[in-house]
Amino acid sequence: MPIVYPHKTEMPCRDPEERRRSWDEVAEGYTMERAIAEARRCLNCQDPVCEQGCPVNVPIRDFVRHVALGDFEGAAATIRRRNLLPAICGRVCPVEHQCESRCVLFPRQDPVGIGRLERFVADWERKNGNGGETSAPELWRDQKIAIVGSGPAGLTVASDLAQLGYPVTIFEALHAFGGVLRYGIPQYRLPKEIVDEDVAHLTALGVEFVRNVIIGKTVTIDQVLDELGYSAVFVGTGAGSPIFMNVPGENLKGIYSANEFLTRVNLMRAYSFPEYDTPIQRPRRAAVIGAGDTAMDAVRCSIRLGADEAHIVYRRSEQEKGARAEDFERARDEGVIFDWLTLPKRFIGDENGWVRGLECIRTELGEPDESGRRRPVPVPGSEFTMETDLVVIALGTNPNPLVPQTTYGLEIDGHGCIVADPKTGATSRPGVYAGGDIVTGAATVILAMGAGRKAATAMHEY
Amino acid sequence: MDTTARIIEKRDLTDVTKLFVVHAPLVARNAAPGQFVILRVTETGERIPISITDFSRAQGTITIVVQAVGRTSALVCDLEVGDVFLDFAGPLGLEVPLPDEGHAVLIGGGFGTGAVFPLARALRARGVRVSSIVGARTRELVILDDLLATESDEVHVCTNDGSLGYRGFVTGRLEELLDEGAGFTHCFAVGPMPMMRAVAGTTLRRGLPAMVSLDPLMVDGTGMCGGCRVSVGGKSLFACVHGPFFDAHEVDFDEADARLTTYKEQEDLACEMAGLGR
Ligand SMILES: Cc1cc2nc3c(=O)[nH]c(=O)nc-3n(C[C@H](O)[C@H](O)[C@H](O)COP(=O)(O)OP(=O)(O)OC[C@H]3O[C@@H](n4cnc5c(N)ncnc54)[C@H](O)[C@@H]3O)c2cc1C
Ligand SMILES: Cc1cc2nc3c(=O)[nH]c(=O)nc-3n(C[C@H](O)[C@H](O)[C@H](O)COP(=O)(O)OP(=O)(O)OC[C@H]3O[C@@H](n4cnc5c(N)ncnc54)[C@H](O)[C@@H]3O)c2cc1C
Ligand code: SF4
Ligand code: SF4
Ligand code: FES
Repeated sequence: MPIVYPHKTEMPCRDPEERRRSWDEVAEGYTMERAIAEARRCLNCQDPVCEQGCPVNVPIRDFVRHVALGDFEGAAATIRRRNLLPAICGRVCPVEHQCESRCVLFPRQDPVGIGRLERFVADWERKNGNGGETSAPELWRDQKIAIVGSGPAGLTVASDLAQLGYPVTIFEALHAFGGVLRYGIPQYRLPKEIVDEDVAHLTALGVEFVRNVIIGKTVTIDQVLDELGYSAVFVGTGAGSPIFMNVPGENLKGIYSANEFLTRVNLMRAYSFPEYDTPIQRPRRAAVIGAGDTAMDAVRCSIRLGADEAHIVYRRSEQEKGARAEDFERARDEGVIFDWLTLPKRFIGDENGWVRGLECIRTELGEPDESGRRRPVPVPGSEFTMETDLVVIALGTNPNPLVPQTTYGLEIDGHGCIVADPKTGATSRPGVYAGGDIVTGAATVILAMGAGRKAATAMHEY
Repeated sequence: MDTTARIIEKRDLTDVTKLFVVHAPLVARNAAPGQFVILRVTETGERIPISITDFSRAQGTITIVVQAVGRTSALVCDLEVGDVFLDFAGPLGLEVPLPDEGHAVLIGGGFGTGAVFPLARALRARGVRVSSIVGARTRELVILDDLLATESDEVHVCTNDGSLGYRGFVTGRLEELLDEGAGFTHCFAVGPMPMMRAVAGTTLRRGLPAMVSLDPLMVDGTGMCGGCRVSVGGKSLFACVHGPFFDAHEVDFDEADARLTTYKEQEDLACEMAGLGR
């Protein structure tokens, strides 16, 4: 009679009090013993339905079985067959909506901790293994491939096509590679060394990384194809354009988009000012508007920058929040105050143009709206003012318009997304493929990778 | 692909203002009047926007003029011929829309005297008559009036103390020229915010269409952060992708001025640490 363990094996985390002021990684990861214990909860299903919940079809059952047997190298090799960024995915995948949501153990018990195990295996491999030993192909094919944007979508296409022997160049607008992994997701959740290692790994595969090239400005896609000698292009430029609220006072000092706030912190390391040159506002009472992953990242960064009090302000309720469960809980443990059902109406400034307050109104949930979530309805007479000296607006992003605006014959939808065949990534322009957030709007790392994988296959056939 | 940006010529325009000719063929390839670059000089450094003063596709060069006002710009001014920029990205921003006929008056203050040069050349190529007004505090700080003269029908120099040319502000000279009956049809101004604000005021009063190049704080320069947002005609726009040139009469200068002082304390600290008195 097997013993049933209904709960996931705990993953050790640093103490909330300590981590409130530290940029070191919060979750410490499984030990070997814990990983094996967790892996043994898996039933080795004949039909592993969990795998259908993974956008790149990681062979979950097989890698977990290797872990259960203590064969970590085998586990790593199994994951690598489908996923080239396991140390990243194991940390940031919203598993409760993806693989783990399909696990047969769920909902009677906790699902198998697939994300945590993937992270464990990837970290074991980073320390002990050969990093999935690969080297540049001996013979390159003739057709050069250009990739625009070095986020997870672009990195996946680069890896897949380089392994097939195509010379691949990644053009990145910024001075560092990784897309949101670099400028958006903070150090305490995804150490930047991991992103560096993955980029180094691709460089070893022979992928050429070129920074400071803004496609559409430095060179257009038409020039890449007609003048620079590339045969095909993949566009993975993400959803990088921040959405503001268009309410009075929004341009006061101390009000940031989440992108600006997180870019200053993560890409420019403003938290190490003046050792690093880029400055950032040090808050006392921070208010972050929104409740997705980005909002959780911003609010937890504001605590680490010294805020005594940090609020999440969201017009709907806790149920409708978009953030990963794990990050929401960690934010709560770190002392974040959640103002649900609260709609900001305008910002109040002082005589020097600094934000000092946020005028809000309480809401109730009414009938469902187009998104299927219940619509927040303001409650008359419930206005109040919240004191604050730092506001971060984390209400989402639109696709970056640079490439769509400057490329001849590329079909764009009403949201500014590039129209691409979901099976192949092919756009209306022959030889130009697209995938990731620029096609779907803001989504997830692993979906971007899934789109990259499909496009790589189609580009190989093209 | 080679994206190295190497300095091939350096000129001291004043004690604190330097001109650099940079070999950066990829940036020069698509450069157009009104655009800028973003550069970085150290691994721990800030990204700063700098206008393109001149570009040559044939030679693959970009010319920039940098005034040392703080830590990063001072580091740039210390670079010498042969040095490379750690990062040099561009061209960024929109090409400034130029008229095809008429008489344009270009106004430059500080580094702005360089930044209006590509406009002068493009305007003349289109057959537009060009008058330029160059301003500085005093004689030694007047820069690039000779360069601008090569692409202008006339150049008017102004100094606040009267040590060279007209005594007073560029807007004083502009009023004078308008009073004398100069038939200006368009105005373009680049320089310190107070100068552009004054130009906006004068041209509005005199009914002369004017565009100014705003220089808010920037991070990425690609439309990703919104830190460079400015209010123009009641709308919030990103200077790096919708500008940097905007209709002078629609700009909310009070807001733009206030936003520039966001990091005053930190900037002063950085200057102090770098031993730059301010
Ligand atoms: C703060 C934050 C937290 C998140 N947390 C999670 C999480 O925990 N889990 C999860 O699964 N997802 C998360 N996401 C979403 C996820 O990061 C994205 O869905 C994913 O990164 C999209 O990948 P991408 O490759 O399409 O684009 P991006 O990662 O956005 O990369 C696009 C790259 O293209 C570059 N680029 C843009 N335009 C040009 C151009 N014209 N020329 C050259 N380069 C260009 C950009 O600089 C950027 O580097 C988060 C997003 C944010 C913003
Ligand atoms: C589109 C654009 C084009 C520009 N072109 C040029 C150019 O061709 N040549 C040039 O020398 N400078 C130019 N600038 C201004 C330049 O970017 C700033 O001077 C520089 O960022 C200052 O950085 P710092 O670290 O040296 O100084 P900081 O320590 O950051 O600032 C020092 C002082 O300068 C002020 N300051 C900072 N940024 C700006 C700014 N953007 N505008 C005005 N004052 C500022 C600060 O308030 C402070 O008082 C341009 C700016 C923009 C946005
Ligand atoms: S890549 Fe993400 S979705 Fe796929 S198995 Fe791993 S954690 Fe789950
Ligand atoms: S569904 Fe759950 S129990 Fe079954 S193989 Fe997948 S992880 Fe294991
Ligand atoms: S500088 Fe970031 S959007 Fe303009």
